[in-house]
Amino acid sequence: MTVEQILFLAFAVVGLGLAVASVALRDLVRSAFALIGSLFVVAAFYATLDASLLAAAQVVVYIGAIATLIVLVVMLTRHELQDRSPQAHRYWPVAALLGAIVFAGIAWGLSQYVFFNAAPPSLPAGDAVAALGAALVDPARFLIPFEAVSVLLLSALIGAVLVAGGSKEK
Amino acid sequence: MGDLFTAITNLLRGLLLGAGVPAASVPWIFAVARAFVLGVSGLTLVIFLIWFERKAVARMQDRIGPNRVGPYGLLQTVADMLKLLVKEDVVPPRGDRILFHLAPILAVMGVVGLWAVIPVTATAYGVDLNVGVLYLVAAGTLGTLGILMAGWSSDNKFALLGAFRTVAQLVSYEVPTVLALLVPVILAGTMSLNGIVSAQGAMWFVFSAPLAAAAFLLASLAEVARAPFELLEAESEIVAGFHIEYSGIRFGMFFAAEFLHAFTIGAMLAVLFLGGWQGPGAEQFPTLGAIYFAVKTFFCYFLLVWARATFPRIRIDQMLNFCWTVLTPMMLTLICAVVLVNRALADSTILLRTAALLGANILVGFSTLALFGRRMRRPRPRPRASAGVEGERIA
Repeated sequence: MTVEQILFLAFAVVGLGLAVASVALRDLVRSAFALIGSLFVVAAFYATLDASLLAAAQVVVYIGAIATLIVLVVMLTRHELQDRSPQAHRYWPVAALLGAIVFAGIAWGLSQYVFFNAAPPSLPAGDAVAALGAALVDPARFLIPFEAVSVLLLSALIGAVLVAGGSKEK
Repeated sequence: MGDLFTAITNLLRGLLLGAGVPAASVPWIFAVARAFVLGVSGLTLVIFLIWFERKAVARMQDRIGPNRVGPYGLLQTVADMLKLLVKEDVVPPRGDRILFHLAPILAVMGVVGLWAVIPVTATAYGVDLNVGVLYLVAAGTLGTLGILMAGWSSDNKFALLGAFRTVAQLVSYEVPTVLALLVPVILAGTMSLNGIVSAQGAMWFVFSAPLAAAAFLLASLAEVARAPFELLEAESEIVAGFHIEYSGIRFGMFFAAEFLHAFTIGAMLAVLFLGGWQGPGAEQFPTLGAIYFAVKTFFCYFLLVWARATFPRIRIDQMLNFCWTVLTPMMLTLICAVVLVNRALADSTILLRTAALLGANILVGFSTLALFGRRMRRPRPRPRASAGVEGERIA
């Protein structure tokens, strides 16, 4: 086994454990932190796949921003953070069976693809981040979607200021 | 002596290969070793940093500072550390035990992790990430999480207040920090910290973007939550904030993380704006670069200590107002100006371009102060009737 495989397995175990914990824990704050942990493990996967920009963006966006938001919402909205209702539905074995079948189907389907056992293609030479940047401002490629997204975000920003700012009259 | 770090690396590689270690796993062993060396040297440095800061602040306040343990009180921190190690480790009975124990670890991790990408010399660095600057932002969020966790798990209202302030302060000041980090990225055309240092061979970025350097210094002072921005722990308001329930070595970890973070801010300033290891002769003798880097880092760190000893604490509403109404618009304007000037003068000489960028910086700085600065001023004392109204409007 190569070091990459050992790392992958270790990350997978930790990530799955944290993902289960984020659903199964009864304490909302703990499960929020478990969710943050599993998002972090996803970033670690990106990093081991040489997608360093994606990894850094994952940490900044999800762990930095959304995680803080989750934690704030959890902290501010409910007094009783220990959920006492039963965690499993009556028909959970049926759901588990269906989930196992779907998982087996997806796994089998993927194993039929040509790329399943192939070595990953080597990355094109040069700075991947620079290539991405050039693609984002290239009119023939992603300029229009990029601008559309920025206009959308700008309008969301202005809307947030308007909603939070309140009226001017005293 | 030309390049000490490469020589050591080559020596170790030879030893490992000679001992029969498979060649494929040597890079991994080196990665682990580098992480170990960086972490241990960073945390060992803290012992000296705490002594330095206490001594420097004491001198500025006309005191002597630590002077009992060891020569010049140099071993004072070691004694303090031993004291912290043997102190009782108190855990709040109704708090969240797991998160309580995890929080200081996260706080230290967020700081030590920053050192992974900082180039000490041209050849000595943890890793040369092509998204190095983004990584700095990402690793910084871990520390925020640690503080949040500590505040929540302590089951103490002062700790929770501290944690809420953390979110308000660190998350808002992340915006100007990231905007200030963008300026060297634009000027260098790369996010790799090694690339940014190499791009400063002819001219340090502090000359072409002094406003960005100042904004970064201010915003990161707020990020590291030190005086005059230490509202997370403001003793007179919320006792000790997020670490009120911590004692012994767990408190020591928060303490060490804060001091190392301040020093790391100094290193980031040195790398991003003061040319990192660049200096006369550093190209030929990379080891010399480490000395330049250390001098610049200590200079920036001294600025932070100086600010801590000089300024009184700022009120939380003033501080957040300053971030959103002055710093952020200023940085947004500055980025536009830098991009335009840098692109328009891309073919001219470095001196002309630097002069134009410097002019743009001064222009943006003064116009921001003229436009927004007035709002930050304290209202002048007026006749009694309107003074109270005026005060409430600002608050």
